[in-house]
Amino acid sequence: MHVPDGFLDPATSLTTGVLAAGTVALALKRARTELDDRTAPLAGLTAAFVFAGQMVNFPIAAGTSGHLIGAVLTAVLVGPWTAVLCMTAVLLVQAVLFADGGLTALGTNITLMGLLAVVVGYGVFRGLAAVLPRTRAGVLTATGGAAFLSVPAAALAFVLLFALGGTVDVPVGTVASAMAGVHLLIGLGEAAITVAVVGAVLAVRPDLVHGARGLRTAATLEDRRPTAAGAAR
Amino acid sequence: MGVTHGGTLTARYLPGTSVVHRLPPQAKLLAVLGFAVVVVATPVHAGWAPAAYTAYLLLVLGVATAAGIGPGRLARGLVVEIPFVAFALLLPVVARGPRVDVLGLSLSESGLAAGGGLLAKATLSILAATVLAATTEPRSLLRGLERLRLPHLLVQILMFMIRYADVVGSELHRMRVARESRGFTGGGVRGLRVMAATAGALFVRSYERGERVHLAMLSRGYSGSMPGGRVVPAGARPWALALSLPAAAVAVLLTGALVG
Repeated sequence: MHVPDGFLDPATSLTTGVLAAGTVALALKRARTELDDRTAPLAGLTAAFVFAGQMVNFPIAAGTSGHLIGAVLTAVLVGPWTAVLCMTAVLLVQAVLFADGGLTALGTNITLMGLLAVVVGYGVFRGLAAVLPRTRAGVLTATGGAAFLSVPAAALAFVLLFALGGTVDVPVGTVASAMAGVHLLIGLGEAAITVAVVGAVLAVRPDLVHGARGLRTAATLEDRRPTAAGAAR
Repeated sequence: MGVTHGGTLTARYLPGTSVVHRLPPQAKLLAVLGFAVVVVATPVHAGWAPAAYTAYLLLVLGVATAAGIGPGRLARGLVVEIPFVAFALLLPVVARGPRVDVLGLSLSESGLAAGGGLLAKATLSILAATVLAATTEPRSLLRGLERLRLPHLLVQILMFMIRYADVVGSELHRMRVARESRGFTGGGVRGLRVMAATAGALFVRSYERGERVHLAMLSRGYSGSMPGGRVVPAGARPWALALSLPAAAVAVLLTGALVG
């Protein structure tokens, strides 16, 4: 669900466009600290994963299904700066190759889904991870809280932009509460999917989860005597 | 998963040799962007706005005809608009200002105009972008973006994404085939866990593929930038031809502002 052309006035589109361009420029610099010279292939493949992952329909509850937005998932998996780049790449491809999201609204879409969702989501994740115990459950709880909040945060930011640069005189409170209500539900779905996917990656390759770096401990080696059961195997 | 896999990224491309197909991608990108800017800049509440929107529509349909894009393809491009149609339909109900009775419903006048204007603007821009996507290959669009001075690293990321999107997509497809041949039907919380394991495995495989690609590139002498053919600068005539679309739109806008 991307903002199309014409929803916001040119001034707002231009401002968010400049904001998005600045952030992407910064992210291009900072992503190298997360991935060094592997940035291009790894961010590209992760973007391809997000693009494919958005097409997977997850069963949520009571026969409903939803798909991932993926901002928090990407940020927890590969780090926030790389996540900004991946989301930007996905949004750009969707706008240019699929006409999904207007070209003049590209800056707005990147600001909302690439920048704000990642910044708010990763901020909440770091905050929660700092107070929660450094365990698998702690990381997953922080991930869930971040994914849940990132969706209504982006939706409310859209309402704010619409109030500032929208072309219609609507009661902002009504629109805000309606959007918040719907997106709290979507946020629950996003949280369920994100936690499940991060949990699945943690189970097989915990070293690949950027947000779970604190969990890594040196494997303890122990001297095991061959036993009868071991010998029989 | 109602989306077809295999060739996902090129799904919107319609091979052809029309004038529009042959235009340089960077010119087409700027032309569509310029057209969208003019459409967005058209004031919704002006009396001549509907006439201007009709003129824009004729312009886009003219380009689509020249490119050999059928109405079915254009209509399918509009599917992405659906959530915002709902939003636009809500506007007349919730907007403030003088009310007007339509079919027994008390609707806001300014909300009606604004909702209609939003729909018209979004539809016109999506049609133009659909023509762009249908006449330009993904690789060629990337060249256009590179030519328009998109940062080099971002172009590389996009290049890897475009190259491997179909690989990752068909990986996902194979996983679905494997899942369903084991009798998986989905639904419920158990289904969520299975799908999450699928997505998790897909991430691990994509990331590891990225690592292998990087090593392969290093062993072939990669030093941070991709060797690529020079992007050929386009001549003045194709540029003029491509920019005639936004130019015509500007003419419509000016005519409306002066005459209306």
